[in-house]
Amino acid sequence: MSMEFLPDKPIYQQLIDHIIGDIIRGTLIAGAKLPSVRDYAVSVGVNANTMQRVYKELEQMEITETRRGQGSFVTENTERIQELREEMKEQLVQSFIQNLEALGFTTNEMVNYLQKRGGNDD
Amino acid sequence: MIELQAVSKRYGHKQALDGVILSLPKGKIIGLVGENGSGKTTLLKLISGLLTPDSGVAALDGKVITRRVAATIAYMPDTDLFYSYFTISQLFEFYNSQFEDFQMKKAEEIAEFLNISMDAKIRTLSKGNRGRVKIAVTLGREAEYYLLDEPFSGLDPMVREDIAKGLIRFTDTERQTVLMSTHELKEVEPLLDELIVLKGGQILAHKEIDEIRDRYGMDATSWLVSLFRE
Repeated sequence: MSMEFLPDKPIYQQLIDHIIGDIIRGTLIAGAKLPSVRDYAVSVGVNANTMQRVYKELEQMEITETRRGQGSFVTENTERIQELREEMKEQLVQSFIQNLEALGFTTNEMVNYLQKRGGNDD
Repeated sequence: MIELQAVSKRYGHKQALDGVILSLPKGKIIGLVGENGSGKTTLLKLISGLLTPDSGVAALDGKVITRRVAATIAYMPDTDLFYSYFTISQLFEFYNSQFEDFQMKKAEEIAEFLNISMDAKIRTLSKGNRGRVKIAVTLGREAEYYLLDEPFSGLDPMVREDIAKGLIRFTDTERQTVLMSTHELKEVEPLLDELIVLKGGQILAHKEIDEIRDRYGMDATSWLVSLFRE
C-alpha cells in the first residue's frame, strides 16, 4: 500500500532492485544497517515473508551480510558494490538497446546522438 | 495445517460450497477472492467451526474442526461489533475473559499503534475507528490462524493502510497464518503469499502470488480478470 509495484515482476524482485538502487545511488552506504525485516515490511506495506526472502537473496548475492544478533548490513566490500554498478549499467544498456532495435534505430546512430547531446546535462 | 476434504454446504436451495478441497499451509498470508455469493464467508465460518459441513470434512492438524478445536482460530466477521455501550478498555476486558489466547498487553500495543483511545465508547466511534478496534481485538489474540472477513471493506484509504500495517506488524508469519476475504485485491496483493479464487462454491484456482507474476507476467488482479474471461 505504501510502495507502488509494477505488475509484471514479483514484488520481492522489485524490492531487491529498489535496495540495490539505493546502494548504487549512495542513499545506502557500505556498512549501513538495514531495518529489521518486520520494520521494513511495515514501512513499505508488504508481507513479512516477502521481505524475509528479499533479505535472504541479498545475502546470497553478497550484497548484505547478517551479523548474529545485530541484523543485516550493506556489505563493506566496495569491489562488490562496484561490480553491482557495472551489472546495473549493463542491464540498463541492454534494455535500452532492445528498445532501440524494436524501433529500428542503429546503435551507431544512437552513440553519435548521445555524444552530441551528452554534455548538456553533465 | 487446515485441510478441507470435499466439503459441501447448502442453505435451502442454495449450494454455498460444493465439494471444496483445500489445504492451507502454516505461516502464510492468503487472500480469498470471488464474486458476492461465491462462498467466501461460508468457507471462513466453516473453518472457524461456526458452521458444520453437510458433507465432507474440515480438519485442523488432523482433527475435525469443532468449536473446541477452533479455539486457536480467531475469526473476524464483516459485521459490526455488538457491544456498542462498551468503552474500548471494557471491550478488551471482555475479550480477555472470553478467549484464553487474548493478550491484553499485545492488544494495548495494537491500540496504540492504531491510535485508538481506550476510554472512548464504541458507539461514539467513526466507522473507520470501529474497523481499527475490530482488527485490534482480533489480532490481540495469539491465535494460530486469523480468518478475516473483508477487513478493508467500506473503509477509507487511511484506515485500510493502518489495518494493513497492523496486520504486518502484529502477526508472525513464522507461526501464524492469515486467511482473508477481500474485494480490494489490487491494494491487498503486496500483503499476500497466496490467492484462492472461489466461484459458485468451488475453488477455481489456488496460486502463489509470485508464481502468477513470474509465469503470467501480470499482477493478481489482471490474472483474475483473465481467469474469469476464460
